Amino acid sequence: MTKVTMTVNGKARSAEVPDNTLLVDYIRENLRLTGTHVGCDTSQCGACVVHVNGQAVKACTMLAASAEGAEVTTIEGVAASKDDLHPMQVAFKENHGLQCGFCTPGMIMTATDMVSRYKEAGKTLDEHAIREELEGNICRCTGYHNIVKAIADGASKMA
Amino acid sequence: MYDTTYYRASSVSDATSKLAGTEDGKFLAGGQTLIPTMKQRLAAPSDLVDVSGIDALKNISVDGDTVTIGAACTHAQVAGSSEVAQAIPALVSLASGIGDPAVRARGTIGGSIANNDPAADYPAACLGLGATIVTDSREVPADEFFVGMFETALEEGEMVTAVKFPKPAKAGYAKFPNPASRYAMVGVMAAQTANGVRVAVTGAGNDGVFRHSALEEALGANWSADAAQGVSTDAADMMADIHGSSEYRAHLVGVMAGRAVDNS
Repeated sequence: MTKVTMTVNGKARSAEVPDNTLLVDYIRENLRLTGTHVGCDTSQCGACVVHVNGQAVKACTMLAASAEGAEVTTIEGVAASKDDLHPMQVAFKENHGLQCGFCTPGMIMTATDMVSRYKEAGKTLDEHAIREELEGNICRCTGYHNIVKAIADGASKMA
Repeated sequence: MYDTTYYRASSVSDATSKLAGTEDGKFLAGGQTLIPTMKQRLAAPSDLVDVSGIDALKNISVDGDTVTIGAACTHAQVAGSSEVAQAIPALVSLASGIGDPAVRARGTIGGSIANNDPAADYPAACLGLGATIVTDSREVPADEFFVGMFETALEEGEMVTAVKFPKPAKAGYAKFPNPASRYAMVGVMAAQTANGVRVAVTGAGNDGVFRHSALEEALGANWSADAAQGVSTDAADMMADIHGSSEYRAHLVGVMAGRAVDNS
């Protein structure tokens, strides 16, 4: 067992977990934050994307122990309050950027990460760039068109 | 995933001494290959020694004509480095094409070359640019480091700490990614180095990454995409799988070499 301590959505959290606990299992099972999904179990689908120290990573491909001391943000932590939506969530809603919704938490976490990275680097997040950046997030419903539209809209809303 | 014992290393010597005391331990860097492999129960190390938190392994420096990249530098870090972009732009383009953004945020150069996946990108960069692999105990030229599929010259418990790339006069990388995995079906690094033209191919060879002497000769005489595409590759030396036959890969080698030259 290993003691892990990290800040999740602004709150200090700590637990004793088996050494082989994945970050996504710690988030879902220990913290009961079930917005972060497990889609493929083979590190390809991106439904489990969370931010660790400001970077979008696959929580199914990282041990909870490796996130010791980290700042973690999950889909539950992106909006300003419980009754609000993050601008990117609003954009997904308005652009019908989802159907079944299973991939959406990972899509939103990837989307907000790409918007802030591009802004920081002073690069333009055009449609081509959005599609390239979505390489690691799989959606089986929408055919991606509305997701791409939603992210472009969300990016302007985040500005 | 089978049980394992986790240990976070604070320094290189801490990591190597910790690993030496384990039954069947492994170094864990970004974990983007090792963790999925453990999840599939294809690997079951008794211990994991996490080296991703060792600050000394996270530096990128350019000294004269040598670019040194610490083993725990992530692909995102290399892709975003203005120093590397200035010295060896081909390395930035290679790093920005590995996996996907989330994988690039965790995966490391040291992990990639220590694993030596036959379809990984970095082995082609090391071999094609004539890099030197620095470990905790010695320096190994790339020509001697990549021994075969998933095999390197690393001894038991030896750890990669950095990779030194000599700045080429010109270099380009091109890969045809598998549409599902983003691993290279064929990836080619072509470079004009101080020791002549070097061409390394990943994703295709039966024994993993390899230097292509016929392409080196052709591009040494005439650095052009046409010259590259005129060189044939023996299909008998190529991998075959459900994604492509060995003939298909042999053909792709010439096409990707041409694009690598165009990208240089």
